[in-house]
Amino acid sequence: MPRMNAAQRHGVDFTLNGRRVRAEAENRMLLSDLLRHEIGLTGTHVGCEHGVCGACTVQIDGKPARACLTLAQQVRGSDVRTVEALAPDPAELSPLQAAFRRHHGLQCGFCTPGILMSLDALLREQPDAGREDIREHLSGHLCRCTGYATIVEAALAAAEEQRKEETTNA
Amino acid sequence: MTRLETAGGLIGRTVERVEDAGLLTGRGRYIDDLPVRRDTAHLAILRSPHGHAEISSIDTTAALALPGVFAVLNGEDVARLTRSMTVGVKANVECWPIARDRVRYVGEPVALVVAENRYVAEDALDLIEVEYERLIAIVDPENALAADAPVLHPSLGTNLINERSFRYGDPEAALATADHRISIRIAYPRNSCTPIETYGVIAEYDPGEDAYDVTANFQGPFSIHAVISRAMNVPGNRMRLRTPPDSGGSFGIKQGVFPYVILAAVAARVAGRPVKWIEDRLEHLTASVSATNRVTTLEAAVAADGRITALCWDQLEDCGAHLRAPEPATLYRMHGNMTGAYAIENVAIRNRVVLTNKTPTGLNRGFGGPQVYFALERLVHKIADELGLDRLDVIRRNLVPAGAFPYRTATGGLLDSGDYQTAIDRACAEGGLEALRLRRDSARAEGRLYGIGYAAVVEPSVSNMGYITTVLTPEERTKAGPKNGAQSVATVAIDPLGSVTVKVASVPQGQGHRTVLAQVVAERLGLRLEDVRVNTELDTARDAWSIASGNYASRFAAAVAGAASLAADRIRERLAAIAAAQLNVTADRIDFRAGKLFDRDNPDNAISFGRVAAASHWAPGTLPDGTGQTIRETVFWTPEQLEAPTATGGINSSLCHGFIFDICGVEIYRATGQVRIDRYVTMHDCGRILHPGMVDGQVRGGFAQAVGAALYEEYAYGSDGSFLTGTLADYLIPTVMETPEPLILHHETPSPFTPLGAKGVGEGNCMSTPVCIANAVADALGVEDIRLPLLPSRVSEWLYAEERPSSKPQDVAPVATGASGERMLTGAGSADVVATRDSVWTMLLDPNTLKAIIPGAHEVRKVSDTHFRAEVTLGIGPVKGRYRADIRLSDMIAPEAVTLSGGTEGALGSGRGTGRVTLTETATGTRIDYRYEAAIGGKVASVGGRLLDGAARVVIGQFFQALARHAGGSAPPSGAAGLIQRLSNLFRGRG
Ligand code: FES
Ligand code: FES
Repeated sequence: MPRMNAAQRHGVDFTLNGRRVRAEAENRMLLSDLLRHEIGLTGTHVGCEHGVCGACTVQIDGKPARACLTLAQQVRGSDVRTVEALAPDPAELSPLQAAFRRHHGLQCGFCTPGILMSLDALLREQPDAGREDIREHLSGHLCRCTGYATIVEAALAAAEEQRKEETTNA
Repeated sequence: MTRLETAGGLIGRTVERVEDAGLLTGRGRYIDDLPVRRDTAHLAILRSPHGHAEISSIDTTAALALPGVFAVLNGEDVARLTRSMTVGVKANVECWPIARDRVRYVGEPVALVVAENRYVAEDALDLIEVEYERLIAIVDPENALAADAPVLHPSLGTNLINERSFRYGDPEAALATADHRISIRIAYPRNSCTPIETYGVIAEYDPGEDAYDVTANFQGPFSIHAVISRAMNVPGNRMRLRTPPDSGGSFGIKQGVFPYVILAAVAARVAGRPVKWIEDRLEHLTASVSATNRVTTLEAAVAADGRITALCWDQLEDCGAHLRAPEPATLYRMHGNMTGAYAIENVAIRNRVVLTNKTPTGLNRGFGGPQVYFALERLVHKIADELGLDRLDVIRRNLVPAGAFPYRTATGGLLDSGDYQTAIDRACAEGGLEALRLRRDSARAEGRLYGIGYAAVVEPSVSNMGYITTVLTPEERTKAGPKNGAQSVATVAIDPLGSVTVKVASVPQGQGHRTVLAQVVAERLGLRLEDVRVNTELDTARDAWSIASGNYASRFAAAVAGAASLAADRIRERLAAIAAAQLNVTADRIDFRAGKLFDRDNPDNAISFGRVAAASHWAPGTLPDGTGQTIRETVFWTPEQLEAPTATGGINSSLCHGFIFDICGVEIYRATGQVRIDRYVTMHDCGRILHPGMVDGQVRGGFAQAVGAALYEEYAYGSDGSFLTGTLADYLIPTVMETPEPLILHHETPSPFTPLGAKGVGEGNCMSTPVCIANAVADALGVEDIRLPLLPSRVSEWLYAEERPSSKPQDVAPVATGASGERMLTGAGSADVVATRDSVWTMLLDPNTLKAIIPGAHEVRKVSDTHFRAEVTLGIGPVKGRYRADIRLSDMIAPEAVTLSGGTEGALGSGRGTGRVTLTETATGTRIDYRYEAAIGGKVASVGGRLLDGAARVVIGQFFQALARHAGGSAPPSGAAGLIQRLSNLFRGRG
């Protein structure tokens, strides 16, 4: 990595939701601030800035990561995905999102983008994920509104649907 | 009042929420997402590291000089442009949103910085120098009353800010003649429902009109708008307050953003540009707002059969450092239902409000209910146990009889409807109580610890805005004029194309109000759900609102949805008249369905809704005589049952009273002290249910928070007033793993007092669940004095009277809390360096070497041979700050040993400690042994032991690693290298 100066902004080139972007950030700028305030994608939320609540979870090279514990400069050359990339088209929800709506998996929706990004990665890597896998992955997220049960139901339904889809396509 | 037919209608159905598509795709618009003016600056707040101290000086020169800083304000600067906030009781005390001469809680604002961005604003905070004279802090409410207790507010002369006594019936006689007098003493802890989104404010000032324009994720009640306007010294119409379209949860807590509305507004005025402030999590946990902690003694007069004839309440309420509006409302919100679900005719109440060196309290889901019911329902269990009666029998024997509604309670409440007996019977049957008892018996037979608890709770909703005046004496009330009622408001509007918009002032925080209002209005007007759009943003300059507006006291379903249905009905009536004229029938024959108005007796004689609806816009001259416009109808609705307090202190504090009956089975693990909720049944009567999915969502969400309050969560303070739970790693919110799934049951008895028959439902489990779990734990352990939260450490104390001494060696086990409430850290270690003992010794005493090896040092100056002064920046978990350290050397035996002692002071906390360093020659160089003892206070201590102990070891380890490197050696400190590596990965602060 090139030598950088704390007082200056430096370019960060990366792929964001399938598109190449170039942004400018001071060394100390968090990825969450870069996404929200420099680029303007406010779907990624910030609940604690110390890595506990999970609201800021995005995917970096396919893996869930806390944007509040990641420096903007760390994603140079990476592939970053945020909640804005989940829906196949602006007027349509992804199966996971639709399951959340059907099962009332959200109330205020503040924790939701982070949870969706974790579950999206889980269901991709582990299509056969069951209740316990889902609970385990959700345990990295805090939700203060729902009491979690409907989130688990939504995730199970989405997993089920995805499996059906795959069998039909196979 | 017209009742609706729900058959085939929208009301009562679990439709998908209209809110969700936006929220699921990242298109929510929360406060931090809103567009702002390009010249908007950012506000950061310097906060007190001490629980109680005089401010001797504040030097802001260096902060102001930092490039990018626009303004720095201290308490006096704020005071010059504002007035003290209104205090809800008669008392000679001021209440400012920022400290002036004295700080009274950790986290109290001390100075404000406005800068071009948040990073620079926070840098500037580090440059503000504040000198404090520390005072003794008072944390315990009972200690605050001691004759020699330090007084927080000298003008008041005491920490007891208010005391009132009430008497209903003849409690003394009932006690004197009772078969038994049974009492219980409860200390309910502080906690908070902590939304995941923190506070946020965007403020602007227009000097031309002397007017403020503020957007904040404030939740109401909008009675607070009056408090803000008065404090800003402007009429209400120059204090425009708006709320964002979405809010990330509130649970009462976002009422407490209002002091920051004032601070941000003043900062914007001084800086001459809009100012934005987004609270961080540490600020939120430390200094936003929490529920009150309360000490209660409750005594009952009891007949031999378990019938309670009198209750005597003695409540000591701790509101923290200032009595901030609407406090002491937590203490009075339950006043009309202090007898719970029971018919008890004689009641005495003594209410005292005390101030302590903790964060001021405010709204929090359950608002006063958890504290009251914890005492009442623990007592009912205790009565049964002492009299050898079945607990359920004692509950049943005392219930308000099913035929007695509306029932006037001793303290003036009017319980609107209910059938508590049937609800309990159904809960026991459908909740499987028999099976649960067998489960308990078999667990016990195996020697396991298992208990069952119950709680019967009346859940008040739709607060009477006059209840808080119960705190005033009758004379004070007469002087101030009567306060009563609760205006809810809804507007239904039809545009020129005939589509319908609903506007309310309910300020939802994620509950789904827009969906329910669309259901209600669409059903009334015979439209589809998607034909009605609902806007819930509130703008005090444009919208219809009143002091009762906002999202609190579970008022939405009962009051706001009711007002919307009344507004829709008024429009419906006029639309029917217009359609009747066009269809040549009488208006009473007009029905609404599927977007059409038609003759009920001849459905083919129909006209489209849009056509009738648009007539008021396009052809007002064609409306039948006497029929008003159908463009916009605003209904204000206030229920007549919400009367002002009576001369004898009777108050119907809420319009609706739901009922909850909970059953809980817990198992306690002997080895760990862990409490596991094995089964939980919660029966609710919330009147008519408008959206079953959302009602269950409210129940589950409240239940999860209550599980947290019962088992994990406490806003913990050290005895010096330091705050100990400042991160979400210390304040333990349940995750999915800790949240069991309750069985939710419903028994509906519609409220006769609300337009739709609905009652509130959102807060009930916060009232019933903590005590229900506590009752189950009491049953399992046979312990009476159950204190929350039921952490394994506390439960273990009951299991094993005393804790066994730790088996860990003393010198590596940090001590949890010092006598003064500071956090004590001790540790020891050693490092090998490849350098002679003499050269290591010289390095240790050389300021330039020290600067190079002290982690985070900017500067090290040698004041004398034995005195150094250092400036360092250290990050511990989320808390990063700049510190000044004074280090003195003593007991020097050159080149063998030296004692370093010193103190450090910074915005984020203070510390002092001593360390002994010894140097021994080895075959390869020198071994350095060190042993230290340190005490840490202030904000840093609040990050909690978990982070702090590790961080201290990391920092000290780094010091010796650097020393070894500097000396030319490469040996890491022995022992802990792997640990240090792992910890330093963990503690990368914001940099
Ligand atoms: S904001 Fe990143 S984990 Fe909470
Ligand atoms: S839906 Fe509000 S925090 Fe999860």
